[in-house]
Amino acid sequence: MSKAGLAQFQQVFIEESLEGLDTMESSLLALDNGGDAELVHTIFRAAHSIKGGAATFGFPEMSSFTHEAESLLDEVRSGKRAIDGSIIELLLRTVDCLRGMFARAQAGEPLNDAVAEGLRNELAVAMGRGVPAGDVQARRAEDQADAWIVRFRPHQGMLAGGNDPLRLIRELAGLGELDVTPEFDRLPASLAALEPTECHLGWTIELKGPVKRADIVAVFDWVEGECDLAIEAKHVVAPVAPAAAAAPAAAAPAANVADAGAARAQREASAESSSVRVSIDKIDGLINLVGELVITQSMLDTFREGDIDASRLAMLEHGLAQLARHTRELQESVMGIRMLPIASVFNRFPRMVRDISQKLGKQVKLELIGEQTELDKTVLEKIGDPMVHLVRNAIDHGLETPDKRRAAGKQDTGTLTLQASHRGGSIVVEVSDDGAGLNRDAIVAKAIQRGIIASGEGMSDEAVADLIFQPGFSTASVTTDLSGRGVGMDVVRRNVADLGGAVTIRSTQGKGSVFTITLPLTLAIIDGLTAAVGDERYIVPLVSIVESVQLKGEAVRSVAGGGELFRFRNDYLPVIRLHDMFGCENAVHAIDEGLMVVVEGEGTRVGLFVDGLIGQQQAVVKSLEANYRRVQGVSGATILADGSVALIVDIAGLVRMQGRRKAA
Amino acid sequence: MAKILAVDDSASMRGMVAFTLRGAGHDVSEAENGQLALDAARGSSFDLVLADVNMPVMDGLSMVRELRTMPAYKGVPILMLTTESHTDKKMEGKAAGATGWLVKPFDPEQLLATVKRVLG
Repeated sequence: MSKAGLAQFQQVFIEESLEGLDTMESSLLALDNGGDAELVHTIFRAAHSIKGGAATFGFPEMSSFTHEAESLLDEVRSGKRAIDGSIIELLLRTVDCLRGMFARAQAGEPLNDAVAEGLRNELAVAMGRGVPAGDVQARRAEDQADAWIVRFRPHQGMLAGGNDPLRLIRELAGLGELDVTPEFDRLPASLAALEPTECHLGWTIELKGPVKRADIVAVFDWVEGECDLAIEAKHVVAPVAPAAAAAPAAAAPAANVADAGAARAQREASAESSSVRVSIDKIDGLINLVGELVITQSMLDTFREGDIDASRLAMLEHGLAQLARHTRELQESVMGIRMLPIASVFNRFPRMVRDISQKLGKQVKLELIGEQTELDKTVLEKIGDPMVHLVRNAIDHGLETPDKRRAAGKQDTGTLTLQASHRGGSIVVEVSDDGAGLNRDAIVAKAIQRGIIASGEGMSDEAVADLIFQPGFSTASVTTDLSGRGVGMDVVRRNVADLGGAVTIRSTQGKGSVFTITLPLTLAIIDGLTAAVGDERYIVPLVSIVESVQLKGEAVRSVAGGGELFRFRNDYLPVIRLHDMFGCENAVHAIDEGLMVVVEGEGTRVGLFVDGLIGQQQAVVKSLEANYRRVQGVSGATILADGSVALIVDIAGLVRMQGRRKAA
Repeated sequence: MAKILAVDDSASMRGMVAFTLRGAGHDVSEAENGQLALDAARGSSFDLVLADVNMPVMDGLSMVRELRTMPAYKGVPILMLTTESHTDKKMEGKAAGATGWLVKPFDPEQLLATVKRVLG
């Protein structure tokens, strides 16, 4: 069996173990909140699987480490040890440590570190022992002889366990030369009394050859207790000289080093490819759809021969309609493969909320709603960090300490809610708390101090709340080590914008705040408006469009520095002429002959001047970076119905380009 | 060669066992837990059953007890794949009716040797 064959299961093992660790963590947290004993079994099972798999798939350090945790869990499970907060805490840290080990395993780095060593000792101490003896169990000295007498008398029921005496004798024959004498004394006197499913014979076996006792015992290990077994040495030989015994031991580490090198190369290879686990239902649905597509295709194929007369026109229309439906369903199903429940992101929060709230002396109840809501895998991987920041902020700045809450007439325990749901073609994730809410005066004062605004007068609450997303803004008077990590809400907004989404806040002073993240269902397809600019077509993402207006020529004013502005509601917005930006020929230049599309990118509104809008369409995003190179102001390309290529504009990028032009 | 049923809730472990045995020419069926293994055993006949001990829904020991009540599986070898190297765990398996065990961790060579040992 090749080692390469095993590598594929190593990756599966790592993935299922990470899931197992998630289960351990959530069960430990549930146990901490007064969960039942069944949880201990679940936790034990997860640890047990990791231990067994780790050893099999080439991570002995992880296996022996998990063994310590498993032993502790076994004592809890069997009732020898009561579980308390300190044990839960210790086991939670074990889960963290194992996660780190798996990360290092995937990176091909050494698994053990100081944290793991420290935890091993703590686990051992928790079980009332000293430092564990280590991985290598001292082997018993084996006695050896050059001939043995084995007396083997199976109990009558031994056959029922699936063990055949003949097989055992054959196995003995593999060790040396046999001389077998059967014993018939237990045979019944009459054939009628013979029970064919039972064993009535016994054997005395002489085994010749230099064999260790342990090897003989190993042959019979499965039938221990099901037979009478006596093993006696016929001739004893002198024990093996110590020098000879030491030699293989010295050779072993060298072999291990070589093994480790090979294993690392394998791990490096497997760490590269990321995979997604898809439920069988989804795959079956796809296969089903493809089947129907084939049927429709063969039906449409019949129109290839001969003329299409009027009588068959209805059938053709029907076929085409079916094709359209199947194509749409197929598209949705294929997208669905990349969709995973947001639970995998939500699940990291119970632990985090517990740790942070304990650290800050706050009481927080976390509610998770809509965990089964599915998101694109890429979105899912990237939404974690912004959410972590929002949750940290909510506990740190939003929720009050129990005495402040009591003074405000609230319950001691604050509630933090994470909620995910589908809304139209988007996914909405809300992080809400029932804390103090935003303090308008404090925000305005800080924004003035930071030079973000000149005065807060006349600003709507909405506009004030939006100030916290400005770069360099922080309202906490003292920066705590939790939120003050040099990452502001502006980064949250930018991260979400990178995913094609938006983040907004609603807050009521004294009642709490709600942060709403709106995300597209997938990154692979966007809804957009097709805009004509000269001979070219561009796709403007629908999410960034505010509205489009037809302007009179005089509505646009030139300002010093070469820019153009137009009045939109109560603002003056800069104009970005797309034909100018991308150098399109034959484009409309006169303002009143074209169309001004008001778009928003990273909180900045601009007018995008185009010839006209052609229509709305779903665009399958093709990466320019992968096929050509990164282009400023363009997020990708798509293929239009007529086969031509249209570029998808990146509004935020265009705004930055315009800014640089003005500066130049 | 032989028809073998591999029972383990861990996809990696089950996959490794099945992959190894198939590589040696055996016809391998897989089951995720004891209950599914019983269903498979009723619908087909196997020459050997390899089963994990700790599994959700139905554990390996209960599965062995159930299998041994089925006439077709009275004498079929059943091996427990177990991390328990303690004697009492092995004895529990034996008492339930298991033929023997294979202690994890094992590598493909050990697995094949053990299967060969029990199938003769």
